[in-house]
Amino acid sequence: MLTYIIRRILISIPTIVFVSIVVFGLQLLLPGDPALALAGEERDPQLIAELRRIYHLDQPIWRQYLIWVGNVLQGNLGESIRLKMPVGDLVTAKLPVTMQLASMAILIATCVGIPMGIVSAVKKETILDYGANVVALSGISVPSFWLGIMMILLFSVNLGWLPASGFVKPSESLSQNLKTMIMPAFVLSSVTTAIFMRHTRSAMLAVLRSDYVRTARAKGLREPRVIFRHALRNAIIPVVTLGAIQLGELMSGAVLTEQIFTIPGFGKLIVDAVFNRDYAVVQGVVLCTATGFIFLNLCADLIYFLVNPRMRG
Amino acid sequence: MKRVVLPLLALGLLTSAASAQQNLRIGLAEDPDILDPTLARTFVGRIVFMGLCDKLLDIDKDLKLVPQLATEWSWSPDQTAVTFKLRQGVKFHDGEAMDAEAVRYSLDRHLNLQGSFRRSEINVVKSIDVVDPRTVKVSMGAPFAPLLAQFTDRAGMILSPKAAKDAGTSFGAKPICSGPYKFVERVQQDRIVVEKFKEHWNAGAYHVDRVTYLPIVDGTVRLANLRSGQLDLLERLQASDVAEVKKDSKLKFASLTGLGYTGITINVANGDRAKTNVLAKDKRIRQALELSIDRDAINQVVFTGEFKAGNQWVPPTNPWYVKSAPIPKRDVAKAKDLLKAAGVTNPSFTLMVPTGNEAQQVAQVVQSMVKESGFDMKIQQVEFATSLQSAQKGDFDAFLIGWSGRVDPDGNLTAFIACDGGQNDGKFCSPQVEAALKDTRSTSDFEARALAYEKIAKVLADEMPRPYLYHPTWFWAMNPKVDGFIPVPDGLIRLSGIKMN
Repeated sequence: MLTYIIRRILISIPTIVFVSIVVFGLQLLLPGDPALALAGEERDPQLIAELRRIYHLDQPIWRQYLIWVGNVLQGNLGESIRLKMPVGDLVTAKLPVTMQLASMAILIATCVGIPMGIVSAVKKETILDYGANVVALSGISVPSFWLGIMMILLFSVNLGWLPASGFVKPSESLSQNLKTMIMPAFVLSSVTTAIFMRHTRSAMLAVLRSDYVRTARAKGLREPRVIFRHALRNAIIPVVTLGAIQLGELMSGAVLTEQIFTIPGFGKLIVDAVFNRDYAVVQGVVLCTATGFIFLNLCADLIYFLVNPRMRG
Repeated sequence: MKRVVLPLLALGLLTSAASAQQNLRIGLAEDPDILDPTLARTFVGRIVFMGLCDKLLDIDKDLKLVPQLATEWSWSPDQTAVTFKLRQGVKFHDGEAMDAEAVRYSLDRHLNLQGSFRRSEINVVKSIDVVDPRTVKVSMGAPFAPLLAQFTDRAGMILSPKAAKDAGTSFGAKPICSGPYKFVERVQQDRIVVEKFKEHWNAGAYHVDRVTYLPIVDGTVRLANLRSGQLDLLERLQASDVAEVKKDSKLKFASLTGLGYTGITINVANGDRAKTNVLAKDKRIRQALELSIDRDAINQVVFTGEFKAGNQWVPPTNPWYVKSAPIPKRDVAKAKDLLKAAGVTNPSFTLMVPTGNEAQQVAQVVQSMVKESGFDMKIQQVEFATSLQSAQKGDFDAFLIGWSGRVDPDGNLTAFIACDGGQNDGKFCSPQVEAALKDTRSTSDFEARALAYEKIAKVLADEMPRPYLYHPTWFWAMNPKVDGFIPVPDGLIRLSGIKMN
């Protein structure tokens, strides 16, 4: 068991190194001279030369990479060129915001998508099924920026129920925090809700046709018991796996939502950084996200190893 | 009895004062960069600096220089030095006194701090001398009239030397100047909060107790926030929303033509591309291009008539506009004649355009207009930072590019048309323009400078290296209870006089 864990951890090291090279290589793909982009409208040649020197842009790319990796290994992700703040501080300030947003979205998707999927499977080819399908299809196809702006117009401008944008820390005021986060979380959840609904529906349909369900019914069990105790328990497994993947997707999907609702999270940080050619921030954020994914994967593998006796062999 | 009543009265006064607290929430179009006057580079940051940091001088709505930290200023007879008399009794937010030494320190920091964005604005300054605690003398190597205008912006902002020395390059995390508002907090990409500095030398002119700046990038969302009451005032309302806001009785609107322009830079002599560029061949082809364009039509079609058509580096409303060189009328027949005289038929070129809706629309309107004279114009959309690089390398025929504008006309002109100008991407060079530019800088006399600008306007109208097209207008929208807002052509929000009724 210990050897398996150690092997798994060792395998993730080259993955992280590879990711770091890709992350660093990304700056080569971005067109435009960063020093020129940074120098602002005036384009003062002396300043451009100075910026090149400060941020090592005058060095060959491999040396820039080594300088960066050296700093990262010492826990220094660099400094934002635009804000003159340590990237590490920015990441730790923004990550919880996006995590809250993504968690709320997955919660909404679970509470809405799964029951909708169950209902549409049980009431197959009825008006309820068609209705749920229309909702799901809209959820997938409506662009989030449009949905966001429409919700702002309805709930903030016309009804005045919710603030149109902004963010309040939960530690300052939990109710205010929820008020500002509910609309963005809903917008962010729309696609996931639809995916959950579709998957729950098809999994339920498959399970409801299986022999053991027929047996349960033949035993004379009441329908709710058949559906919730017998069918759903099996049908939900692939949806739970999907949920884990979707959580990752939501973290990256938050980029647009945060932009619309002006939520100061991870997504907004990286969008601003790309437009301003703030490489240190782009690299830091992508590296943190990628490392996070690798770590979660590692955890998943280890948990799988623990719960699945066949793997321990 | 008295003992009970007095504290109660005091409490009553306190609560009524607290309830009268005025909080102004301003929606910004972007998140400002670092709040250090030396290291900052964005326009949006300047809006926030207006409250935080006082400058040596300011401008009014007619672009006249007005005193701020300096109460008087005078040029030396040879125009190579300016002496400033400073306002007495001014304090920084940390309680330190603002004096000549603080001015010397701040200007020196703008000139010498590593990575300073101010250096290029005031690099003509050779020495800064403290004459006495109230007097500073700034000397240059040669006459440079635009210097005073530079001191009306970040290069003229005076910081607390003690705070700046203690904080080093992290000064921007908690800026300490002598402005009417002091820094309270900043949450990156979310808000910047400042509160009234009671010891400010002009505190009586500022009625709002607290100002919160909220960056909201999307124009539609910014407006929705104003409508729902989350904002009291917003800057850079989208041109497409102007008509709707003007009609809305629940909103107030303000606008003013800015200092900037958008024009077409033609590659006349930058690299190999200039050799094959048909527009570089003969000035008559460039003149034909200009005569094919109806500037008013661009303004009407793309900006619903809200911008200002223009043919110079300053808008027609600016005191420096050369009135003897007005906007020429569109004349397709004459344009065709000029092309014929130049011996070209169907000249073909590519217009490089930075990505974005408005720029693309302008390019399309120009394309269809010049087609009537026989030009075959192709449009090439390029991401902004990339387009700048291509422009500098000379990898373009013509480039649709804007400039945000400066208070002194020199800032809108010299870098773009002087032979060695840092932004002269088309590499236009004319000895007559060069001589006239020198004249505009060497005297602070308005008439003499205006005469030199007239000469330049004539040469540019003939050589046509950069047809100017239009001047953007600043649009603000606000809640009707916001009173006393005065638009100034630099597009910044001055907080003096603003009240919440």
